[in-house]
Amino acid sequence: MSDPRSALAPAVETRGLRRTFRASRGGAEVLALDGVDVRIERGEIFGLLGPNGAGKTTLIKILSTLLYPTVGSARVAGHDVVLEAVEVRRRIALVSGGETSGYGILTVRECLWMFSQFYGVPSQIAWPRVDELIRIVDLEEQAHTRINRLSTGQRQRMNFARGFVSDPEVMFLDEPTLGMDVNAARSLRAYVLHWVREKPGRTVLLTTHYMAEAEELCDRVAIIDRGRVLACDSAPALRRQVQGGQHVELEIRTPDGAGAVLPGLGDIPAAWGAPHPERGTRTLKFRLPPDRVLLPVLRRLEEQGLLVEGVSTRETTLEDVFIAVVGRGLDEPEASG
Amino acid sequence: MSRGLPASLVLDLRAIRARAFVRIVGSVREPAWIVSDAVFPAVGMCAYVLLYRALGAPRSYETLAVLGGIMSTYWINVLWGMGAQLYWEKQQGQLQLYFAAPCSRMAILTGMALGGLIMTSSRTLVAIAVGFGLLGVRVQAFDPALLVLVFLLTMAALYMLGMLLSSLFLLFGREAWHLCNSLQEPVYFLSGLYFPIRALGALGATAAGIIPLGLGLDAVRQVLLGAAARGLLPVRTEALILGAFIVVFFVLARMALTYLEGLSKREGRLTQRWQ
Repeated sequence: MSDPRSALAPAVETRGLRRTFRASRGGAEVLALDGVDVRIERGEIFGLLGPNGAGKTTLIKILSTLLYPTVGSARVAGHDVVLEAVEVRRRIALVSGGETSGYGILTVRECLWMFSQFYGVPSQIAWPRVDELIRIVDLEEQAHTRINRLSTGQRQRMNFARGFVSDPEVMFLDEPTLGMDVNAARSLRAYVLHWVREKPGRTVLLTTHYMAEAEELCDRVAIIDRGRVLACDSAPALRRQVQGGQHVELEIRTPDGAGAVLPGLGDIPAAWGAPHPERGTRTLKFRLPPDRVLLPVLRRLEEQGLLVEGVSTRETTLEDVFIAVVGRGLDEPEASG
Repeated sequence: MSRGLPASLVLDLRAIRARAFVRIVGSVREPAWIVSDAVFPAVGMCAYVLLYRALGAPRSYETLAVLGGIMSTYWINVLWGMGAQLYWEKQQGQLQLYFAAPCSRMAILTGMALGGLIMTSSRTLVAIAVGFGLLGVRVQAFDPALLVLVFLLTMAALYMLGMLLSSLFLLFGREAWHLCNSLQEPVYFLSGLYFPIRALGALGATAAGIIPLGLGLDAVRQVLLGAAARGLLPVRTEALILGAFIVVFFVLARMALTYLEGLSKREGRLTQRWQ
């Protein structure tokens, strides 16, 4: 950790990173990463935003030495993830949301201590740190409870704490708040911010589905889709890229209810928002370019048998950026063909 | 723990202690497991002792059966607690955490083995109490140092084999369960758990050559029963072969684990519970 080469190097640097998988023996190759170039500086919280299958987890697995890249190189804290895997592992931790860890027979406290030992943390440092993390993830009452008696949410919080017991230089958080209740997710996000700011050089690479999480936490965000980084900048800078025109949300009653096929709006990319089953409607989101007016768009929808029940406009969000860059919403399935 | 030792060794020693801790804690925290881990194997052992007694067999046969019953507990632990362990770890989503940690994978496996050995030894107290206490089975005067040496060599060879099996079983994925089952009874038979291994003739000698359980058991029996054990090879020779087993299984386990990790990184499979 006192290695000067490591201290001066960026937290993460990838060059032309490409990864393919073979779906089954003799099956077709699936491209998970397609020439990813990313540089993450020390002290940054860097977000990877993308739909399922975009390549976020593959990238994190390569960076955490769990996968080899097919082509290209990746360095973490100045060390090559293939050639210097042990050096990389000494400096990183990985937390995947929705996953649980540990052995049911152990208590929360024992389990966190156990993981600290796999990173060589001396016990006199590990135990106070474990107790502090237990307090942070609000598991004080369960500290001496066996893991197999915890609720799913409690186990998720323990898993989150597990990532921090080794006090890594670079933390990989893969959808860390997935499935967590709102309050727990909020306090964990606050802790991530605090953790990074507390000591210079600590870095977080966060993958998330939640736009608000990326907006709140990340110094910079990379939008990734089909294995390619399509945009990378701070959230305000990304928003500026797609400013101009109006962000329109239409509440639409579809003939066959929510979940209908995305309507065609000509050259304007649109995405479905949340359905409103109680009203039998669904929100359609798009950015109306400055040289266009809304009325022809509404007529076009009418021609497709869609009834517009409400219209609203608003400020540019990261989600708008995502739609503009990717061409569909985060939860929108890719169009086939 | 760290004074004067290389950092990587300290890291591995901490990992070994932590992984062993799980099993040691487990052995005292779930007393009900004693029934399945210790009492049931002891029941099988009792059946053989009573059978020999009913048939009027030499008393040494009863001791053979008791020692076989004790050793069978370790074999069960090696198979299910070591062989199948990495597969269970994968199913729990834990394997990738081990693979992403800086400690060596052999340290994790060594911790499992050490913890399993300590846990199982606490279980064998039941078989010892039943065999030597309840059933009144006796041994002759013996050299305790030699007994400890032979026992430790046998355990080291057995658990090294378990470390090798854990990597191999992971490769077979969902077949691990069946592999454990298919190895349990045949190894019991070929190791001569409840009868002198010499009774198997050439087959027994061959089996002893490849299964450390049979060889170790034969050596322990010879230490405790002398000529009445009808041993296969001199104890000294058996100890040397067990020592060779330790080295061979250690090297093979390390190679298998390295291969497994490489495969996992190339194919992206083994660390995912759904693959």
